Order: sequence, then structure tokens, then C-alpha cells
Amino acid sequence: MNLTLKIWRQKNATSKGRFVTYKVNDISTSSSFLEMMDVLNESLVMKGEDPVAFDHDCREGICGACSMYINGHPHGPDKAVTTCQLHMRKFSDGETIVIEPWRARPFPVLKDLIVDRSAFDKIIQAGGYISVNTGGIPDANAIPIPKVKADLSMDAAACIGCGACVAACKNASAMLFVSAKVSQFALLPQGRIEAAERVQAMVAEMDKQGFGNCTNTGACEAECPKEISISNIARMNREFLSAKVCAPKVKEMNEGGG
Amino acid sequence: MALAGLFLISFLVVHLSINLLLLFDDSRELFNIAAHFMGTNPVIQVFQIVLFGGIILHILLGIILQIQNWLARPTRYKVEGYSHTSFFSKFMIHTGAVILAFLVIHLFNFFFKAKFGELETVMIGNDSYEDMGILVIEKFKEFPYVIMYVVWLLFLGFHLDHAFHSALQSLGLNHSKYTPVAFGISRALAILIAGGFILIPVVIYITQ
Ligand code: HEM
Ligand code: SF4
Ligand code: FES
Repeated sequence: MNLTLKIWRQKNATSKGRFVTYKVNDISTSSSFLEMMDVLNESLVMKGEDPVAFDHDCREGICGACSMYINGHPHGPDKAVTTCQLHMRKFSDGETIVIEPWRARPFPVLKDLIVDRSAFDKIIQAGGYISVNTGGIPDANAIPIPKVKADLSMDAAACIGCGACVAACKNASAMLFVSAKVSQFALLPQGRIEAAERVQAMVAEMDKQGFGNCTNTGACEAECPKEISISNIARMNREFLSAKVCAPKVKEMNEGGG
Repeated sequence: MALAGLFLISFLVVHLSINLLLLFDDSRELFNIAAHFMGTNPVIQVFQIVLFGGIILHILLGIILQIQNWLARPTRYKVEGYSHTSFFSKFMIHTGAVILAFLVIHLFNFFFKAKFGELETVMIGNDSYEDMGILVIEKFKEFPYVIMYVVWLLFLGFHLDHAFHSALQSLGLNHSKYTPVAFGISRALAILIAGGFILIPVVIYITQ
């Protein structure tokens, strides 16, 4: 198939970017979107031009690196897939495809389609973990966990931190990502121990990074490649409110003896 | 935001119930008694202050929230989001702004007149009451007012479509069994509240 591509080109973080139009020919319908980009880049290199910079790593839908906003959809028009798993047969011959980077203040463009997503790392550093001492491997069945909760927690843990939820949201809100990370711990006994502290710290960091606020439009859920549900956002709101109302001040919690 | 919004919804339900009395009672007695009660009862007077506080809080928080959300995406997309979303959720600030503009006119039309103006009085039993009912009916004999109210109330309905369930979600109240019901309630509230209020000027205009 032959395609016209309108791609955002931007030299570096400080320069002004613009759209550049390219033509690619003889693309196999079985190739993935990133393979199509590879074909384009090879032709650019042959011509001595700068290839289009884009993030990618695993190319099997598990690392979350491949951020591309394609024709108004993060990760393209297909449901529940990442860009690397998007097939070219989802497009038609002769189509014009517009490719943009994620757009959000906390995700500044570094070059072309690559954005800096370290704002997510900062949120994880604020509390997206459990504090455990190293030691022997605990017995897997020592703590009974209801199957439903274990499943919900695993569903939340499927989040690959790609940022499509932020890219899709009209408010550039990171609530789906943060709520998945809060939920995967809040649902399990090991995570409950620090639950109140965690949710407050992660939400505070999320706001500090400058993400927008959730107004429950549901675009994130529709575009998430891992189909994370916005019921996680409700869970986080619940955790957050009850922590704010019932839990001791964060300072006291940290100062506790022991 | 959510609590203030829910409080405003509960106010609308009371307000609508009282207004509907106008349609069911041609003598306007029930409406005038209810309006008198709402205008004089001390508990209601306290709630009136809470209500104005609630509106101001909701509007201020709404504007702050929206500004933060606009700032969170300084560069817009060339191809704006085609994601599957709840439609009216995208326009809460716009429908809200329309509601606010008409609300000011509405307050001048009725509330300030009732509170500070001179109204005709009618006798109900042995007591004399201000005739709020006639004020409403006179207003809705004028076609432009009827159109204005219908447009206004349509926007109120659009706003309400993304209100009740959204507020529950914001408060963390979701449940696999009841959340779908909350969506239904939201849509029903939007249709019943907007529809009920629209009925009043339309019926008055047609029958008078
Ligand atoms: C009687 C009138 C109104 C009612 C019953 C009402 C009710 C609500 C409710 C229940 C929500 C959802 C809150 C949440 O999800 O947390 C909401 C959202 C919103 N309202 Fe109103 N509202 C009214 C008037 C207004 C006005 C006058 C504005 C003016 C600017 C406004 C602006 C907004 C905005 C921007 C949102 C979106 C925030 C969000 O979804 O969380 N509203 N409204
Ligand atoms: S919630 Fe979904 S869209 Fe958001 S970062 Fe995680 S996997 Fe990506
Ligand atoms: S490259 Fe790893 S998810 Fe796409």
C-alpha cells in the first residue's frame, strides 16, 4: 500500500517544530506501524536526511515506549494495542496519516516524536512501591488473598506506563496511570500497609508535575492499550478521600517510632 | 466540586417540584403558598445562603479546574481527539458558562423581584400572600422569554447529563453493580429536570 505521512518534526526540546509530509510506497499490510516507520527512515537515511526519531524498545506491547498519536488516537485507531502492535492493514491504501508526539506540559518533546516521560518516574518514586526488607522468599500462600482482589490487582498491574491515557485526555490528566499504580497495591494486603501514605504522596507528585484534573470523560479508558478501567480512578479517589479524612498527617506517619 | 454539584442538583429537584405546582393548580394558591414558605421559613433562608455559597464554590472551582486543564496541554493536537468519550463531558465549562449567564438574568427576573420588589398580593383563606405565580405567568406570555428559557434549560440538561454519575466517580463511589445505574440516573435527571422546567414556560405560553 502507498501512504502519505504528515509527521511532526522538531530538532530538539527548544526548537520550534512543524509538520513535514512524506510519501511511503509498497508497504506490506502485514507490517507493523513501526516497521512502516523503519521503511520511511531507511529511505530518509539513503537520501542523507535526518531520520524521524521515535521511542521504541520491546516491539511486543509490553514496554510502553512506542508513543505516537496517530490520526487523533494515541497508539492509532485499533483498540487495546500499542503502536508497535498496530498492523498496517488497519489503514487503507492512499490514506493520509497524521503522526504527532504525546502532547502534555509534563511531557515535553525532546525530538520529533520522542517526549520526556520522566514525570511518570517521579510519581512512581513518590510512592509506587512497597517497602520490604530483603530476605528469604516468603511462602506464596502465607497470606490468603481473595481471588477477585488478586485479579483486580493484576489487571491494574498490567499498566505499562506508556502515557496514552495522558495523551488521550482532553485535560492531559494522568489519573488512569496513577490510579492503576495505586490500585495494584491498595488491593493487596502487602500494599495496604502503606496505602494511605502512598496515595497522598503519589497524587501530590502528580499535581506537582502539572498534569490536568480528571473530569471523568473516559477517553483514557477507551485508548489504554492495556484496557485499564476507570473504576481504578474511582478507587484512587476513594483511597485519597479516606486517607485525607481519616489517616494521621503524613508527617506523623513518617515520624512514627519503630 | 462534586459535593457542591450534587447539592445544586438537589436544589433543582425542589425548585422544579414547586414550579410544577403552577401547572397543576390554576388558582396558583399552592404555588404561592410554597413560594411564600421558601421565601420566609428561617431554615430555608439559611439554606439559601448555603445555596449561593454552593453555586459560587462550584463555579470558582470549575473555572480553576478548567484553567489548570488548559494549561496542562499548551500545544494542541493537529488532529483533535477522536477517542470515544462521554460527549457532554467535553463541554462542561461551556454549558456551565451558558447556565451562569442566563442564571443572572433569571435572578433579576424573579428572585430579586420577589425579595426586594413590590408584588401584588392575593388572599388565600384569611391570609394575604405575594402573588409570585402571576409574576411567572406574565413573564411567560412573552414569546422571547419562553424561547430564552427553553434554550437555557436545554443547556442545563446537557450539563446535567454528565453530572450525577461524574460526581459519584469523583467521590470514589463506584461499584460494578450500581455504577451503570448511576449513569441511568444521570441521564434521567438530565431529561426530567430540563424537561420538567421546559414544560412550565411552554405550557403557560400555550394555555394563556
Ligand atoms: C444549577 C446548575 C448546576 C448544576 C446542578 C451543576 C452540577 C454539576 C455536577 C454534579 C458536576 C460534576 C462534578 C464532578 O464530577 O465532580 C458538574 C461539573 C462541572 N460544572 Fe456544574 N453545575 C451547575 C452549574 C455550573 C455553572 C454555572 C458552571 C460555570 C462555570 C459549572 C461548571 C462546571 C464544570 C467546569 C464542571 C466540570 C468539572 C467536572 O466534571 O468535574 N457548572 N456540575
Ligand atoms: S493506564 Fe493504560 S494508557 Fe495509561 S500509562 Fe498505563 S497502560 Fe498506558
Ligand atoms: S515498543 Fe514496547 S510496547 Fe511498543
